[in-house]
Amino acid sequence: MATDNTHTTIPLARRIRARAVRMVHHAKASHIGTCLSMTDLLAVFYHSVLRVEPRRPDWPARDRFVLSKGHGAAALYAVLAERGFFPHAWLDGYCDDGSLLAGHVSRHVPGVDFSTGSLGHGLSLGCGVALAAKRAGQEFRAFVQLSDGECDEGSTWEAVLFAPHHRLDNLVAVIDYNKIQSFGTVKEVLDLEPLADKWRAFGWAVRELDGHDHAQIHAALGAVPFQPGRPSVVIAHTVKGKGVSFMENQLAWHYQSPNDEQLAAALAELGEQA
Amino acid sequence: MRTAFINTLCELASQDPRIWLLSGDLGYSVLERFFARFPTRYVNVGVAEQNLTGVAAGVASCGHIVFTYSIANFPTIRCLEQIRNDVCYHELPVKIVAVGGGFAYGPQGYTHHGLEDLAVMRALPNMTVLAPGDPVETALATRALVNWPGPCYLRLGKARETVVHQNPPDFAIGRALRLREGRDVTLISTGATLAYTMETAGRLATQHRIEARVVSMPTLKPLDTAAVAAAAHETGGVVTVEEHSIIGGLGSAVAEVLAELAGAHGPFARFGSPDQIRERIGSQAYLRDQDGTLLDLVLVTLKGRAT
Repeated sequence: MATDNTHTTIPLARRIRARAVRMVHHAKASHIGTCLSMTDLLAVFYHSVLRVEPRRPDWPARDRFVLSKGHGAAALYAVLAERGFFPHAWLDGYCDDGSLLAGHVSRHVPGVDFSTGSLGHGLSLGCGVALAAKRAGQEFRAFVQLSDGECDEGSTWEAVLFAPHHRLDNLVAVIDYNKIQSFGTVKEVLDLEPLADKWRAFGWAVRELDGHDHAQIHAALGAVPFQPGRPSVVIAHTVKGKGVSFMENQLAWHYQSPNDEQLAAALAELGEQA
Repeated sequence: MRTAFINTLCELASQDPRIWLLSGDLGYSVLERFFARFPTRYVNVGVAEQNLTGVAAGVASCGHIVFTYSIANFPTIRCLEQIRNDVCYHELPVKIVAVGGGFAYGPQGYTHHGLEDLAVMRALPNMTVLAPGDPVETALATRALVNWPGPCYLRLGKARETVVHQNPPDFAIGRALRLREGRDVTLISTGATLAYTMETAGRLATQHRIEARVVSMPTLKPLDTAAVAAAAHETGGVVTVEEHSIIGGLGSAVAEVLAELAGAHGPFARFGSPDQIRERIGSQAYLRDQDGTLLDLVLVTLKGRAT
């Protein structure tokens, strides 16, 4: 089944990448690198994992997805439009005057459960959702997409400590571990290693995978919880700027917006015309 | 006040299954009665106020009314951005309760003095700010905020406050309560300074033949601006009373109303904590009156008026 789904999610990820590149070009916005590193994860989440109903974005029994790294808004909006939460045309107005689509994720956009943008907030929100579901005997789950940079935040570790204590096995954290944060590599700025050991020591069930290998992502996210009684964390090794050769592993693309020529080149690599 | 709060909350929780209580590892001898009765709606999150507030927002997003409980500045300023982004931005029914507003923890030192909380909470969009004046107002405020939409901040004193209201007042969020009539000056109090304000009004009358109107302002936001305007127009001056910095709390809120008010009004003064951190500590009353009593301030403010 996972294999079948990759036939759908791989092209979906390609469309999200192309959309996100167009959006940041249009808005002259930052953060394309971070959008591209988590795109494959988003594609699998929204195609195969999350129990959501685009026609009823506030369906009470839906799974909650928290994009804790809220600066990846363009990619999230693109996948939400792909799933039919709102018209694709909205994406054309990303960051424009009067748009709902802010550069950091806003709950005023259909399909978004939580506004984010300040790092280190999302895992606590996910803990609250998971706790409420557990205590009320409800089936919905909480998925939290984290960046590596926000693992610097003390508040993230408060939540890392909390979830296993309360046996929140309906909570899944996914770390987009692209190894580059705002002002340098993770190793240079504040080394997280050994990252998997840290989460394991706090009581989480840990899996590491290639965050661009759709078969691996399907297999992992389809297998949560990895252990009953424990929250799950997926450490997804990714490449910042993945899919556009000249953006890959470049700190500058945390900030830079593609010019017209770069847009055309990026879209050509992604199999689209400008 | 904390006893009035928890007893009322237990009563409400027995009727309303949406009510949860989360503690930041504080509330010894207070919260036990809640978690004994409602264990599935109680969590001691630990000494982690950012997570406390984020978890509260997550739980509230699933249809619950979540109280967070801690002391002094811990449930407010320590986790301010979680309140701003996770609670206020999402308009969630998270009700933040702080015990020890003002100088209630006087001898414990400045870390435990709640002196900027009202200013900070008042500035947040979607936030309702309550600081009841006695145990009677505390019970009524607790009851009112359960059905009040969105985020609320409930600032309490601590324990054994004087009961000022001998009869239940006509309490509503956003409504000032008049406790004493007088035309010479209006004393407007928020929070646990209410008894002190009433006592001062009594002494003004017996010792100085000054008749003060006393207004309790248990809701700092939305402020009862009509009551402020009436005080300014109908009495000889306005003095605000609070255990809080003179910047940003009740004094500032009333000054904002007075500054925009049409027509002349009498003198205005703010009784509160000056913009400084003191080296010496002491009891609640000692710290409150460091720069003189409320009585002194009222006399200075009214000096030179026609009598």
